[in-house]
Amino acid sequence: MKKFIVALALLFSSVQLFAQTDSVEMADVLRSNGKIYVVVLCIVIILAGLLFYLFSLDRRLKKIEKKSTGKN
Amino acid sequence: MCIFIVISLPLARLNMNGFMYKSWWKILGSVIVIYTTVAGLLLGVPHLPILNETIRNLYFHVPMWFAMLTLFSISVFYSIKHLLTGDQADDLRAVESVNVGVVFSLLGLVTGSLWAKYTWGQYWSFDVKQNFTAVAILLYFAYLILRNAIDEEQKRAKISAIYNIFAFPMMIVLILVLPRLSDSLHPGNGGNPGFNKYDLDERMRMVLYPAFIGWSIIGYWIYTIRFRIRSIENQQNS
Repeated sequence: MKKFIVALALLFSSVQLFAQTDSVEMADVLRSNGKIYVVVLCIVIILAGLLFYLFSLDRRLKKIEKKSTGKN
Repeated sequence: MCIFIVISLPLARLNMNGFMYKSWWKILGSVIVIYTTVAGLLLGVPHLPILNETIRNLYFHVPMWFAMLTLFSISVFYSIKHLLTGDQADDLRAVESVNVGVVFSLLGLVTGSLWAKYTWGQYWSFDVKQNFTAVAILLYFAYLILRNAIDEEQKRAKISAIYNIFAFPMMIVLILVLPRLSDSLHPGNGGNPGFNKYDLDERMRMVLYPAFIGWSIIGYWIYTIRFRIRSIENQQNS
């Protein structure tokens, strides 16, 4: 009986160990430092800048379109 | 698959009523793309071996292909319309949406091979998915070169419209059908389960699907700008 309990305990402990190896390495350090937000902010600034540029191109094109339809 | 047709066709039709001059959908697209970028970087993702944090590439790599599919759908829509009506503006719409679609496809290819370097081990492992997508992009390069080879305007429009109508199903078969029939490293192909099997959980769906729509809108926007520039150029030349 004692052997059986020991075997069972060992089995459970091994199951637990197996569950622990399941953890996959992710960018947890960067996240806990809060430094991931710097990266996110940089990317958002670039993206917003490009989109704003697209808006300004659109506006300029609208002006040119108005001019060219006015001529004809 | 059906989603992109559902999105692209109404977009193509709305074009008629000065839709491309409105700004609400441009703002909507910008907001969606910024949301998916922030959420894609910060929201929780499944912890998977090999993939690790690169699983977030799903939010940026796959929408490029989706935007490409949307733009090529718009293009084939206008090619058919051109053959039916003979309107030269429809030919311009077809070629400009292919021009933008090709840019998105190259972005998809480059991001894909970068992702492959860190998960499959090589930038280019001559996987069926990689090879066939490259061939599909070449199909559209051939379309653009074919156009430049013909001087006469109406002939060029008609021949390239017919070519485009054949190229579109070929591209769909090359990108979405053939890789599924053989062994591939790419998820969703060759008995290799797709992300949606068990990895793509609810949190990821909340980012991925808006990303499809957002990047398609941005692609459509760039296409309208190109088309408008092209029509002014044509007006001045004539």
